[in-house]
Amino acid sequence: MPYIINTAKDQQIMLESIGLESIEQLFQSIPSEFRLQQALDLPAALSEMELEQHLGQLAASNHDVTRKTCFLGGGSYDHFVPAIVDAIASRSEFYTSYTPYQPEVSQGNLQAMFEYQSLICQLTGMDVSNASLYEGGTATLEAVLMAMSVTRREGKILVPESLHPEYRQILQTYLGETTTNLRTLKTPTGALTLETLEAELDDQTACVVIQHPNFFGSLEDVSSIAELAHQHGALVIHVFDPISLGILKRPSELGVDIAIAEGQSLGTPLLYGGPYLGIMACREQFLRRLPGRIAGQTVDQQGKRCWVLTLQTREQHIRRHKATSNICTNQGLLALRSAIYLATMGPQGMEEVADLCLQKARYARDRLLAENRFEAAFEVPAFKEFVIRDRENQVADLLQNADQDGILAGIPMGTWYPDLSDCFLVTVTEKRTKAEIDALVQSLAGESSPISTIHA
Amino acid sequence: MKPEELRYAETHEWVHVSEEEGNQIATIGITAFAVEQLTDLVYLELTDVGTSVSPGDEFGEVESVKAVSSLYSPVAGEIVEVNTGLADQLEILNDAPYEGGWMIKVKINGDQPLDGLMDHETYLKQCSGEH
Repeated sequence: MPYIINTAKDQQIMLESIGLESIEQLFQSIPSEFRLQQALDLPAALSEMELEQHLGQLAASNHDVTRKTCFLGGGSYDHFVPAIVDAIASRSEFYTSYTPYQPEVSQGNLQAMFEYQSLICQLTGMDVSNASLYEGGTATLEAVLMAMSVTRREGKILVPESLHPEYRQILQTYLGETTTNLRTLKTPTGALTLETLEAELDDQTACVVIQHPNFFGSLEDVSSIAELAHQHGALVIHVFDPISLGILKRPSELGVDIAIAEGQSLGTPLLYGGPYLGIMACREQFLRRLPGRIAGQTVDQQGKRCWVLTLQTREQHIRRHKATSNICTNQGLLALRSAIYLATMGPQGMEEVADLCLQKARYARDRLLAENRFEAAFEVPAFKEFVIRDRENQVADLLQNADQDGILAGIPMGTWYPDLSDCFLVTVTEKRTKAEIDALVQSLAGESSPISTIHA
Repeated sequence: MKPEELRYAETHEWVHVSEEEGNQIATIGITAFAVEQLTDLVYLELTDVGTSVSPGDEFGEVESVKAVSSLYSPVAGEIVEVNTGLADQLEILNDAPYEGGWMIKVKINGDQPLDGLMDHETYLKQCSGEH
């Protein structure tokens, strides 16, 4: 628990330094009828010891991945976070810093942003990266709006069902009341086919959004999709898994125009859905349409290397409603964490993590499919996630029983895909051991597996 | 082109109309005053040939170290030519805004294309009010 000094004497000193006598005076500008004329209806204050015990009890009722074995994925992942990430990112210079509008007092933050951008460009092979957006879903939306601005087309946006369903919901929320036609393409084989895409592409299509590996864990034929889309003058937005780039081709090599990712995998633990990290990079020709903040490297009056925010004339605080986006901030702390993670891992570390994910996921998939009860929902190649069909159509019971065995076994697909209500999505990261995977299979196959065996 | 012979929009675009093969062609650029106000120019983007514009429609944007400003067509018609080389030689806008600094040519629709636009004297008055 952080120790925060706040004695009556401290309050007095603070008030004196701003020339006031009471805290009451701070609120004088708020008319009295708008102010609560009584104390807040709260229980009596607890002592530090009581408070710590109380909060500890509340925290103990959480189910988290330190107590259960996590095979959940679908956008948020239980990857390992090296200790160096917390050690550097928790330094107060980074942890409590504010927007670096004043570069002369923000060089550390601006340098960190610049290095983050450089690492994202190295990772993706794209020419330019912004200093990050809020998270993967809204970053995808920003990419779609950017594609509409670049192509000057507002007629149609094509998204396959294999794109994260919550990302599609965000697109729907933003575009649903506009004249733009957000078309969802069927993916019954678990990946988008070129025939399905070609039937929908026209000269009003601004972009195709393709997730690869997709929500089902399957690989998409991004190169061919990009080629086809470009023939129709549409841009291609690739939603990628940063960890997968340890072994898969980089977005630049696949010929995409804008690369987007949820960056939580890179050094940030699972956080109940957020705050997360929106990664966004693109080709240089679209630099001036890239939303959000960008740090640039330059030299000061004495010729020394330094960093500043650049291209701000396109941001909302200067360009108002014509800005590239109404987001003019970035996810500084999580971008920093991902920069530390990427720098720590290096290309070799990234390859090792990705390879472990692939091998372990393959082992888990093979083990599960060896059980009569289960079959693969799709036959396309997968990375670290895959969809399993329960022939007995008892997904809810299966997952609940596994939970009682201390295993978070997967995500029920029926939540978003009625056709897949007998299926669940299983994710295997580098953290899962062979014993844990064997325990998963045992639990799902109906034999009880007590927690103690999992960690054996 | 002599500034005195041009017409002007409130948003600092100039227009010169000429007759070419029976069509009325408007040549459009931005004024010396606009260039001066923008300060150092860094980027220019112009809409493609073939785009239809109405008075007040954007035909591109110009960026300086200070701001990004939209460019608005003073006339209605179809863009038939774009000064594509200008983006790579922005200094022309400082040296010759009414000659080599032209931006687009529009084939005009309608009979009274210059209605509502200012003459040089009126435009100069507007500028002195903006200083």
